[in-house]
Amino acid sequence: MKVSLAQLQIGQKGIIDDFNIDLIPLKLLEMGCLPGNEVQLLQVAPFGDPLYLNVNDSYLAIRLETASAIQVEIPNSKS
Amino acid sequence: MKVGNINIALIGNPNTGKTSVFNQLTGLNQQVGNYPGITVEKKVGVCKLASNLKATILDLPGTYSLNASSLDENVVIELLLNKNDKDYPDVAIVVTEVENLKRNLLLFTQIKDLEIPTILVINMSDRMSYKGISLDIPYLEKQLKTKIALISSRKGEGIEELKNLIVNYKNITTEPSLNASSIDVAYFDSLRKAFPNQPLYKLWLVITQDVNFANLNRNELHNSSFAKSKDDLKRLQQKETIKRYQFINNVLKEGQTIDLASAKDLRSKLDRILIHKVFGYVVFFLILMVIFQSIFDWSNIPMDFIDTSFASLSSWAESVLPAGILTNLIVQGIIPGLGGIVIFIPQIAFLFLFISILEESGYMSRVVFLMDKTMRKFGLSGKSVVPLISGTACAIPAIMATRNIENWKERLITILVTPFTTCSARLPVYAIIISLVIPNKRLFGIFNLQGLTLMLLYLLGFGMALFSAWVLHKVLKIQSKTYFVVEMPNYKLPMIKNVAINVVEKTKSFVFGAGKMILAISIVLWFLASYGPGENFKNAEQIVAKENVSGTNIEGKIASYKLENSYIGLIGKSIEPVISPLGYDWKIGIAIVSSFAAREVFVGTLATIYSIQDSDDQDTTIRNKLSAEVHPVTGEKLFNLASGVSLLLFYAFAMQCMSTLAVTKKETNSWKWPAIQLVFMSGFAYTVALIAYQILKN
Repeated sequence: MKVSLAQLQIGQKGIIDDFNIDLIPLKLLEMGCLPGNEVQLLQVAPFGDPLYLNVNDSYLAIRLETASAIQVEIPNSKS
Repeated sequence: MKVGNINIALIGNPNTGKTSVFNQLTGLNQQVGNYPGITVEKKVGVCKLASNLKATILDLPGTYSLNASSLDENVVIELLLNKNDKDYPDVAIVVTEVENLKRNLLLFTQIKDLEIPTILVINMSDRMSYKGISLDIPYLEKQLKTKIALISSRKGEGIEELKNLIVNYKNITTEPSLNASSIDVAYFDSLRKAFPNQPLYKLWLVITQDVNFANLNRNELHNSSFAKSKDDLKRLQQKETIKRYQFINNVLKEGQTIDLASAKDLRSKLDRILIHKVFGYVVFFLILMVIFQSIFDWSNIPMDFIDTSFASLSSWAESVLPAGILTNLIVQGIIPGLGGIVIFIPQIAFLFLFISILEESGYMSRVVFLMDKTMRKFGLSGKSVVPLISGTACAIPAIMATRNIENWKERLITILVTPFTTCSARLPVYAIIISLVIPNKRLFGIFNLQGLTLMLLYLLGFGMALFSAWVLHKVLKIQSKTYFVVEMPNYKLPMIKNVAINVVEKTKSFVFGAGKMILAISIVLWFLASYGPGENFKNAEQIVAKENVSGTNIEGKIASYKLENSYIGLIGKSIEPVISPLGYDWKIGIAIVSSFAAREVFVGTLATIYSIQDSDDQDTTIRNKLSAEVHPVTGEKLFNLASGVSLLLFYAFAMQCMSTLAVTKKETNSWKWPAIQLVFMSGFAYTVALIAYQILKN
């Protein structure tokens, strides 16, 4: 199932599938946010934004807006 | 015997302990300055490698990659691309951290591609067993084509091995660790043909980065067929990044094993509390309370001590030195002027202490995360919290700390409003005025009224910063993308040595920077107050004697009369019409004018003026002198509630710091924004102070 990164539940993992490169800063790519890498939503800040992620073993926070531009594939089996 | 020297550049991601490696290598043998022309901090240290060999180590600003997105990061690239730079490294040391090796290695592969001998430092080896990580060092060295030093800067382990590697740096191959040019083979092939003598990756950086280069003609590259559109460049940079990670992932698959079962997780436990939607704010508020408590309360003891010490130093100096103009200058000008700055060393030190603990521990990123959504309502970023907090120490480093805010509009607003936060230069002004006009009583037997007033002034500063940010957010029409990426580092116990060095360095540079200016202004003021034009000044003795036949306290009256007719008295008198509606006399006026260079000069100026007036009793503190002062017209105490509150409000809002204006100009690259700061803030301050005085005076 493909959803945007912004739609993940807390604790849920996915594999980064694709993104709109014009909406993503290069720095985020350099932190490991690249297609094929695993991403997990760890926490959401009060009032729903920003999001706290583990991407490719890097811990970082991005805003909802940026997260919406990233598509992730959620494995069917619950893990 | 001649001592050889090698240049070393220390490079690494933020939060890898790069600065503690620097501290371990150089000890206290370091100097902090600025890169020429820009306000990026330049840290240089010396390390003795052998009896005939030393190393000059440059601690470059932390960066995630060589694709620069800030002034600090530009410095790294400009140095590494310019072989003629006197700091150009013989060896580059890339510092990485064992828990974030994958991400940290990205920068390493880029540096390696520049064909500089590069040593890889893997720091925080003491965390390996804790996290269940083991590394195959010989394998990694072979794959990455480098030498590796596994160290723990916290425990001081592995530093000698690192020094050994540095001594033998010539054994390290300069061969790139991967071939990044395969992202667009045809393009890079033609680039190679056109510039056969340059490393390919260097050419690529010249094309992609917007920085200055000596040597390489940028235009030649940009006007040729090698130019590419911004979008194309970004796609290629994405490809490059993917390529590098593929390489790194492959290397680490073999060279690193992580046993998740034995890994312990402090991060998620602490995060559960520190960024909790309720407890997170409670903890943050408590930390702020402790910081303010330390500034208002704990630092009182050393401050009182410094105050009385300077008063007795003045009277001691007067008693030993021979009478004369030079002694007057020292006793009335220099000593009280310096006392005015030395007195707030304790407060500045406390502030820098807390800020550096919060940053070292990794907590600051959690505050950014917690506050982002709220701050955005005011047109700011979560990252604005750091400048706003460090603004309570000094607006200059605070404005420089805005560099990591990616969004230009959010960054500009942060720069513009940061000077509203109560910086430490306002503290001596607040402290002395509050002690004069606010009664030292307790409200409900708990809250000290003076402390409460100070707290209120801090809140006022923050409130005003937020309010004007909100106004600017509505007024400014700037479109910019909302890029926001914050690394959430591991929690670490701050290292005492790092914190101590940071506090000492920051306090030192602040005190010496401000000290020079205060010393200069004190001398000028003393001169202007001790000499005057015309007959009135010259014949003060006769004129006063004629008017006061009764003869009590003739000396004091002569001194006041002289002061009124000195150069400074005349300047003060001429601006009196502007400031008297605010409740100030001409002496306060002079203090305000002189503090347009820097606020803290206010107390020093009053000290200098009153020392000259009351030259017979040096041992009284400044506070007592001011308290006794009477308004020449009304006959009331000069510092009463109305004029005091008016002064407090004026200092809370007015833009009275040339250095801040200069740094705003540098960071925004335009005179427009500092001009707006100056006019808006000072105009607002005048209006508010005027209203407050007119309401309160009756």
